[in-house]
Amino acid sequence: MSRIDVALHDLRTLDDLARRDTPLTRLDARAQVVTTLVFCVVVVSFDRYSVSALLPLALYPITLAALGDLPARPLLRKLAIAAPFAMLVGLFNPLLDRAPLLTLGEIAIAGGWVSFASIMLRFALTVGSALVLIAGTGMHELCAALGRLGVPGVFTAQLLFLFRYSFVLGGEASSMMTAYELRSGGRRPGLKDYGGLAGHLLLRAFERAQRIHLAMIARGFDGELRSAASRSWTRRDTLFVLGWCAFFLLVRWVNIPQWLGQATTGQLP
Amino acid sequence: MHMADALLSPAVGAGMWALSGIALMRSARRVRSQADDHTAPLMGVLGAFVFAAQMINFAIPATGSSGHLGGGLLLSALLGPHPALIVIASVLTVQALFFADGGLLALGANIFNLGVLPCLVAYPLVYRAIAAPGASNSRIVAASLAAAVSGLLLGSLGVVSQTVASGITSLSFESFVVLMVPIHLAIGIVEGLATSALLLFIRRARPDLLDRATTAPRPRTSFRRLLVSLAVAAAVTAGMLPWFASTQPDGLEWSLERAAGAAGLPTPELGVHGWLARVQEKTSVLPDYDFAAKVIASDGSPEPAWPNVNAGTSVAGVIGGAITLALVWLIAWLIRRRQQIESRRSAE
Repeated sequence: MSRIDVALHDLRTLDDLARRDTPLTRLDARAQVVTTLVFCVVVVSFDRYSVSALLPLALYPITLAALGDLPARPLLRKLAIAAPFAMLVGLFNPLLDRAPLLTLGEIAIAGGWVSFASIMLRFALTVGSALVLIAGTGMHELCAALGRLGVPGVFTAQLLFLFRYSFVLGGEASSMMTAYELRSGGRRPGLKDYGGLAGHLLLRAFERAQRIHLAMIARGFDGELRSAASRSWTRRDTLFVLGWCAFFLLVRWVNIPQWLGQATTGQLP
Repeated sequence: MHMADALLSPAVGAGMWALSGIALMRSARRVRSQADDHTAPLMGVLGAFVFAAQMINFAIPATGSSGHLGGGLLLSALLGPHPALIVIASVLTVQALFFADGGLLALGANIFNLGVLPCLVAYPLVYRAIAAPGASNSRIVAASLAAAVSGLLLGSLGVVSQTVASGITSLSFESFVVLMVPIHLAIGIVEGLATSALLLFIRRARPDLLDRATTAPRPRTSFRRLLVSLAVAAAVTAGMLPWFASTQPDGLEWSLERAAGAAGLPTPELGVHGWLARVQEKTSVLPDYDFAAKVIASDGSPEPAWPNVNAGTSVAGVIGGAITLALVWLIAWLIRRRQQIESRRSAE
């Protein structure tokens, strides 16, 4: 599969996950959006050397993934593919920050390695929660929720259009690239060919936009996208938001792993 | 390059969200008031185009590497800067949600670095200054190159200042700039070449399409407004930066401070003082279990930090972490198991 096909496949699989009926998808999308945002803020609010104190927060994405019956492997694969930037920047910490910070037996560990571990853990938690959010709501529910939370209609309509036509234009781009590769012996296009290739794709995009516009006018489009009323807010959603936020605050103020560790090693004060 | 949640502090993330949010709201209002109903599908489809075109790589001569389109500048030239910002923001949102690029908190910073800066700064101030409507081909190439390079350099400076202000990495501003600028200079040249190749193609094939952005009525005060909003943005950032800096002191500074404080003032273990100290310990932003410099010898004089690290609490942290992870896994396993049983029961 080409890169475009892989990307389209990823878009489709994540959105399809949200179409099934699971305890996760039965929640109001607004509840999930708000809780995930609070989660991200709590994760990044920890000090740069926090590692073990962050671990209990893994309960949120993992519980949601379990509730939504989300497959672990594709989500983990996405995490691994997206990791390089945070990892590259984070890897400078062990180089620059060499003061020993903690010891395990005879081994002293430099502060830089601890903060590097913290960066990678933050990365996994925040990005993982974003993936779980989209797999738990789906693009349509999510856009409707964003609109009801006050995001301008121009932007939510744009998101929906983009999502819908990514498959159409992505499919065209994919077949264009296949045709090019078959005729060029698998070489990548140079800049001159690129102008023509992407330019033709752009022309097709314009023509398609024109046809879509005519079709929409024929159906009475007046500049605003309307969606059928989605789920209404229930007590379950309130409980979901309040319960998780309370848990996040607890984890923020009490270092649970430290406490557990001290309890098991008998070092409680 | 996409900014990541993992490198952001909450204050910087929220600040960038506020700036991008204001820019998005303004652009959305502008689009709603100016655009005809043809614009909505056009914006959507062009967003999908950028999304697909970003995955068409082309070979960069003599380097063996490849490049792709960024999109902000091209969209500005085709649609005008305000619709372009909305489109780029939507592409970045889809990338954050589906492709794990950056994360939700960093989305504000990414919209600012990759959307606001190229569409609302580089396009009007650089591109339009060089290539007025009806400019020659060579001017379009020069304008694309200059605008793409300046947009990407501004964006990379954005990434650097946001990262450094957040204080999660140990990289200094200067060394991070030295790392980022050459890479983004190269990416900018590639982006400029790709954009001009596309614009020249469109100009040959459908010259009418290029006029969309330039014929739309432009409010006379837009440039002054832009300068004012940039000045406000600069003032807000400048006002907030010292605040971030003081809440996130440099790691070494902090440990030195703690060491000096602890050595000078031995605090009593009992009574109100001890109780307050324990409360402070519980609510401290920096938990006390693993900091080398804090270890004080019994006679009150600070000992060399290494190797007198309190190994006991470090081990406790690791063991506790392992137990926590096991508990998290157990809870997830129980939920999944219960669901499997339920679905089997409903199937029967």
